[in-house]
Amino acid sequence: MNEGLQLFLESFWPIVWGGITGTIPLALASFAIGLVLALAVALMRLSKNRVVSGIARFYISVIRGTPLLVQLFVIFYGLPAVGLVIDPWPSAIIAFSLNVGGYAAEIIRAAILSVPKGQWEAAYTIGMSPSTTLRRVILPQAARVSVPPLSNTFISLVKDTSLASLILVTELFRVAQQIAAFSQEFMLLYLEAALIYWLFCLALSGGQMRLEKRLDRYVAH
Amino acid sequence: MSPTDAPVPPAGGDSSAPRDAGATDAAVLLSARGIRKSFGANEVLRGIDFSVRRGEVVTLIGPSGSGKTTVLRSLNGLETPDAGTLEFDGGPAIDFARPADKAARLAMRDRSAMVFQHHNLFPHMTVLENVVEGPIRVQRVPKAQALAEASALLERVGLAEKHDQYPHQLSGGQQQRVGIVRALALKPDLLLFDEPTSALDPELVGEVLHVIKELADEGWTMVVVTHELQFARQAADEVLFMDGGVVVERGAPKDIFTNPREERTRRFLDRILRPLD
Repeated sequence: MNEGLQLFLESFWPIVWGGITGTIPLALASFAIGLVLALAVALMRLSKNRVVSGIARFYISVIRGTPLLVQLFVIFYGLPAVGLVIDPWPSAIIAFSLNVGGYAAEIIRAAILSVPKGQWEAAYTIGMSPSTTLRRVILPQAARVSVPPLSNTFISLVKDTSLASLILVTELFRVAQQIAAFSQEFMLLYLEAALIYWLFCLALSGGQMRLEKRLDRYVAH
Repeated sequence: MSPTDAPVPPAGGDSSAPRDAGATDAAVLLSARGIRKSFGANEVLRGIDFSVRRGEVVTLIGPSGSGKTTVLRSLNGLETPDAGTLEFDGGPAIDFARPADKAARLAMRDRSAMVFQHHNLFPHMTVLENVVEGPIRVQRVPKAQALAEASALLERVGLAEKHDQYPHQLSGGQQQRVGIVRALALKPDLLLFDEPTSALDPELVGEVLHVIKELADEGWTMVVVTHELQFARQAADEVLFMDGGVVVERGAPKDIFTNPREERTRRFLDRILRPLD
C-alpha cells in the first residue's frame, strides 16, 4: 500500500476526532456566548441613549478593527503580564466569543431594523411591553433574516478556531500539525486538514439550508 | 367546554338594544380637547376637539395630509400630541403639555384597540396565534378561554376554517378581518380603524366594511378613519371632516353629505363623489 495513502488514512480519524473534541465544541461555545453578547450589543447600539450606543459602537469598532489572532494573543499571552492567567481553552472561548459578539451584533441590529415598524406598533396596541414585543414579535422575524449572515459568521468561526492551535488548544489543526511534525509529511497532512475543515463546513451549510427552510414556513413566496 | 359568548362592549348593557336609543344621551366615553401635534416644522394638528359617546360610531374623513390618521393614532398612544388633553371615561385625564405620565398613557392605550391600514398581523404566527397573543400574553386570560373566544370571533367573521393558516396564505380581505378579530379579542372600550380598506383590492372592500358595519350595529364604540363615504353615510353617527389639521365641519352623516355648510367640505365631497366633473 502506498505509504502516503496509509498515513492519510491513519491520521484521518485522529484529525476528525480533534475536530469533534476541539474545533466543534470551541466553535459552538463561542458562538452561543457570542450571540448572547451580540444581541446585547445590538440592543445597546439601537438605544437612544448616546452613551450606551457609544459603548456598543466602540466595542464593535475595536473588535472589527483588530486581528483575531492579536485579540487571542492579548488574552492568552498578554494578560498574564498584568497578573491574569487564563488557561488555553477559556482564553480561546473568550477571544472567539468577543469576536463573534462584535460581528454578529451588526447582523442582529440590521435584522431587527428590517422588521417593519408596523409590527412594533401592532404589538404596542395590543398592550405588549417593549421587551415582550422584542421577544415575541421582532426577534422571531429578525431570526429569519439573520440566519444566512449568521451562518456565514459561524462557518468563519469554525475555520478561525484553527488559530487556537497557536495558544496550545488541541483542536483539528493542532492534531494535524503534530502528525505532520512527526511524519514530516507537511503537504499531505495540511491538505488533509483542509479537506476535513471543508467537510465540516459542507455539513454546516446543509444544516443552514434546513434551518432556513424551517424558518421559511411563514414567508410568502 | 362551555360555549363562550363573543365579547360585547363592556358598557351599554344589552348590545342588541337599538343603538339609537343611547346615541344622544349615552355617557361620553372619550373626550379630546385641543389636540396639537407637529412633526418638525409641519403642524399637522392645530387644536382638535371631539368626543365619542359609548356605542357611537365617529368617522373621520378628509383629504390625505389633513391629520385624521394622526388624530386616530393619538388616541392609542402611537403618537404623542404636543398639547391637549385626552380623557377616557373613568380614567385620569392626560394633559399632553405636561411631562409624560407613563402609567396613565399605558392605561389609556389599553382602553382601545387598533385596526391598521396594512393589517400588521404577525407573519410568524398562525391566525389563531395572532388573535390570542394579546389576551394570553398581555391580559393573562386563561389559555383555554382565550382560544375558545378567538375561535368564536373568527367564526363570526367567516374565518373558522383559517385558524392554522399563516397570514400570507390569506387574501387581503381575510387578513384585514383577522386584524379586526385581533382587536376585538382585547375587548377594548373603543375600536380604532385606520383606513381599514384603503390597501385592499376593490372587490375585497365590501367584506371588510360589512364586518365593521355589523360591529357598529352591535353597539361597539368606534372611531373610523376612512375614504369610504358610503360606509360613513350608512354606519356613522357623526362625521368629522378634517382639513389642514382642523375639524372643518362635523355633524350627522345626512347633513354633511347632503348639505355641507362649509365650502371646503363641499369641494372635498365633490372631488370624491364626482371625480370626473
